[in-house]
Parts: sequence; structure tokens; C-alpha cells
Amino acid sequence: MTDSMVQVRNVVKVYERGKQKVEVLHGLNLEIPTGDFVALMGPSGSGKTTLLNLIGGLDQPTSGEIVVGGGRIDQLKGGELAHWRARHIGFVFQFYNLMPVLTAEGNVELPLLLTRLSAAQRRKNVAVALQVVGLTDRANHKPKELSGGQEQRVAIARALVSDPPLLVCDEPTGDLDRKTAEEILGLLQVLNREHGKTIVMVTHDPKAAEFARRTLHLEKGQLLEQTAQQAA
Amino acid sequence: MTKTSFVVANLFRKRTRTILTLLSVIMAFLLFGLLQSVNTVFNAGADFVGATRLMVQARVSFTSPLPISMVPKLESMPGVTRVAYQQWFGGVWQENTPLIMFSTDPGRYHDVYPEYVMADAQWQTFARTRTGMIAGKQLAEQYGWKIGQKIPIASNIYPQKNGSKAWAFDLVGIFDGKDEDYFDEANQFGVKGRANFFVLKLADGANAEAISHSIDAMFENSPDETKTQTEKDFNISFVKQVGDIGLIVRWILFAVFFTLLLVVGNTMAQSVRERIPELAVLKTLGFTDGSVLGFVLAEAFALCLFGGLIGLVLASISSALVSKGTGGQFQLTLDGSVWLIGIVAIVLMSLAVGLLPALRARRLRIVDALAGR
Repeated sequence: MTDSMVQVRNVVKVYERGKQKVEVLHGLNLEIPTGDFVALMGPSGSGKTTLLNLIGGLDQPTSGEIVVGGGRIDQLKGGELAHWRARHIGFVFQFYNLMPVLTAEGNVELPLLLTRLSAAQRRKNVAVALQVVGLTDRANHKPKELSGGQEQRVAIARALVSDPPLLVCDEPTGDLDRKTAEEILGLLQVLNREHGKTIVMVTHDPKAAEFARRTLHLEKGQLLEQTAQQAA
Repeated sequence: MTKTSFVVANLFRKRTRTILTLLSVIMAFLLFGLLQSVNTVFNAGADFVGATRLMVQARVSFTSPLPISMVPKLESMPGVTRVAYQQWFGGVWQENTPLIMFSTDPGRYHDVYPEYVMADAQWQTFARTRTGMIAGKQLAEQYGWKIGQKIPIASNIYPQKNGSKAWAFDLVGIFDGKDEDYFDEANQFGVKGRANFFVLKLADGANAEAISHSIDAMFENSPDETKTQTEKDFNISFVKQVGDIGLIVRWILFAVFFTLLLVVGNTMAQSVRERIPELAVLKTLGFTDGSVLGFVLAEAFALCLFGGLIGLVLASISSALVSKGTGGQFQLTLDGSVWLIGIVAIVLMSLAVGLLPALRARRLRIVDALAGR
């Protein structure tokens, strides 16, 4: 691990719910080096997902700075932020969020429609991504024809296909049984160790967190402590 | 995969719903094409090309009869070979069944309409019989009329001199018309020696337009000014008496498109509503707000374009069949202007049904949409 992939400086996030204002993050600071695999843990409402959304450029902080891959993303406007996400971030969700009308191949190809790659090059990249997640033989199946674990593998392939440096995973095993969850977490480990992807993963599950290099604990919008995993 | 195939895939995510919506678009544009071409026919200028007969009626209305004494003048016109005349009788069969009936001169009628096939003996009997009438084959079959039968027919225009509206005719041939003298002498209004219109048979290669202008010029400033037109235009102006065809067409189309707007608009709104999380995922992957708006608008456009083009093609085929079926008398064609208006309607409809759902998709906040808020 060398330089910082993510730097969060004095970040405050306030949500407005009707007339009520709720401060979710209170001047949070965090640094994630390139090549790290971080698990974010904490009780519901602690701000884990909010922090993940800010790091992934899905939301903007109320104040403070967020630097990802050397660039400040808290100053980017809507369109710029969308283009930045396409180049720098791969997302993995708890419920996979695949497009039901597309095959596994089509789902993985979707982010590549934003690039200038030729159709042939796109197909090649898709094949590689599906090979990495071990789903080459399911390329032409639609999500409803796949198991939960396979759907999540497709989602990971989709996150990988444009080769982003940072993967942001929100409860990636929350909807899976233990065995399948471990397979998915093992895959994330491989991506981190062998492909050099920096990974930030939100999880409620301490066993899932053990697959990360370290675990950060959040409570009431504050970072409490960090635990380094022996396994890592 | 391309963006286009992604749009099409999304369009058919609920196949039954999309097909039903597509059918309603097809029907609307089929109706649009046919009614617009009807409108074009009714608004078209006079077309004398290929005319073999001309119709002369009073300039004001064909309901104002012209004197039959005009016949020699008309017949002396170069290019005119024979003149027949007809008087609208307003026939009613039994209780309330209206019949298209005219009184006419059998000999002249036979000369001007040689295409009406009837045995010579029947034409001769028709000419000799004062109360004779002939009827079309289909009509005769429909009411079970046989030659030699007495046919009681009322007139909703002309009562007899004794005040009775009932007339009795002898069916002497299977085709159409009745004896002119019988009508002239027996009607109460004393309408004698007049006809609603004259039918002029033209010589081969005669200049129909020039003859038409000459006839109207001949009777200009006389008590019986004329309006001369082709059979086709005459038939169209006859139908026009129903009312302002253009207005009727516009109102029907307004109702059709308003309903279509609701149907397709509802489909699009529902389609966007049920995949809010998917649209949020697109934005997460890096598609901009504008791209997502474009996807939804493209779906609306594809739906309207598919349906609209199929509808217009079907309208073209149907209008060609109508033209053929009426022997060119009602020449419906989807000309360039109808297609152009159709394409503009497709674009406007796409915007009308797609814009609101597309704007909703554009405004989606990713974190709220993913959280189901």
C-alpha cells in the first residue's frame, strides 16, 4: 500500500427530512490507502452507508472535503460527478440491482456503453470480467435465471469491467447464505490482493468484516476505532 | 448490446402491456391516416384529369332544380355527346328505409351510363312504362323484389296531387331509376320539366375542364346558374352535405389522440415508477441525468414511432383498398402531407407522453431512489 486512495476531512452530512434537520456525520476524518480493503461496521443509523455514498460520489457532503484518487469530488457538479463515477468507482449493492431485461453479459457491458470502446472490445472486456468472477458459462442468462450468489458475481463483474481503482460495496453478502457469502467475500479478497483494487465495504456481519484488511467502527456519525485483521 | 437495444429491451419488459399499448397507437394512427386522407379528398381542388362525364347542377345547391330546357344547349356544347338528367325523389321503402332514388329519362340514362348492364328488352319496357322503375341487383335481392312486381314507395319530398306520399311503381328491370313523365304529372308541387342535375357524357379526349368552364359561363347571370364538376367531385360534395367534414375529422382525431395520450402516458409513467431503483443504478454507474432522461424519452419515442409507422402503413393499404373498391370515385391516398403530419404527430406525442416521466427520472436522487424513498 502506498498513497491515499480516499481522504475524508472534517466531513459533515446533514439530511433534511421535511422541516427537521438530521446531522448524520459530525466532522468525520478518514484515510484509506490505495490497495486497502476496509470494512465499515456500526449499528443502524451510525452513518456507514452515508459515508460510503459520499466516498462513492453518490451524494455530496454538507461541509468538509473528500478526496478520492487524488481529486476532490466534493466540488464536482452532477454531470462531472457522474463521469467521475464511471471512471473511478465500481459499486456492489446488497440486492445486486441488476437490470432484469438484460442478460448477465448485457448487465456487465452496461458501464462500457459510457466509454468509446468498440463493440468487439466491449465484448472482450465483458468476457474477461465474467471469467474473473467465474460466470463465463452463465453469460447469456437473465438475472431471474441465476442464483443469488451468481447475481452478486454478475454485479461484481459489472463493477470491475471498466477497471475502476476503487470498489464500494454496500452489504454485498447481506442477502446471501453463509457459504455463498464466503465465496463472494473470497472473490473480493482476490480482487484486492491480486488485482490491486481498493475496497470499502459496509457490513453488519463481523465474519464478513474478517475478510477485510481492517475494520472501521462508526457510531453516531463518529469513527470510533479500527481493528486490523490478522487474516489480512 | 447498444443503447438502442437497451431501450428496446426496456420497452418490452412487460410484453403484454407494451403490445396492448402499441395496438392502441397503431389503431390511432390508422384512423389518423384514413381520416386525414378523407379530409384531403374533401379539401382537394377540382380534378378533371381522365373525367369521362360531367355533372351540372344549380350553382347554389343541387337541391335547386334546373330546367330541362337546358338539355339542347348542353348537348350542343363541343365535346358533349349525350346528356341525361335526374331528379332527387327522396324515396322511402316501407316504414323508414331511405332509398337513393332519382327520376330520369330512361333512354338518355342508358346512353350516358352504358356500363349499367340490363337486358335491352328491360330498357325498352322501362322507356315505355309510365310507372316503370328499375332497381340495382343488390337492392332487389335485399328486399326480394321481382320484375313485374308493384313496388309501393313513399317520397319524403314529393307528395302526389291527391296529397298522398305513397307512389306505386312497376319494377320492369333490375337496375335503377323511374319514369320521368309519371313523376312530372303526378307530383303535387308541379315540379315539371326540371332536374336536380344533368349528367353529360363526354366525347373521347374531350377537355373536361374547358367544357365545365364553358357551361358555367353559358348560364352565368341567368336565373339558373350552374356549377359543373366531375362525377367524383359531385359525389364528394354530395357527402359533404352531412356537415363540415374537416371539423368532424378534427374532432374525431382530437378525441382519439386525447385518449391515446392518456393510455400511452399512463404506460410510460407506470413503466418509470416501477423501475426507479434501476434508473438510480444507471446513474450510479455513471449515466448522467441527461442520459437517463434520454433513455425514457427514447422509449416513448420508440413506442410512438413503431405504432405510428405501422398505423400509417396500414392506413395506406386500407385507403388503397377503399380507392380500388369504389372504382376510383373516392380516391383515398396518404400523400406526403399526411405522412408529414403523421411524423410530426409521432414526435409531439412522444414528447407529450414521455417528457413528464423522463423529467421525473432525471430528477431522481440516487441515494433516495436506492433507499426506496
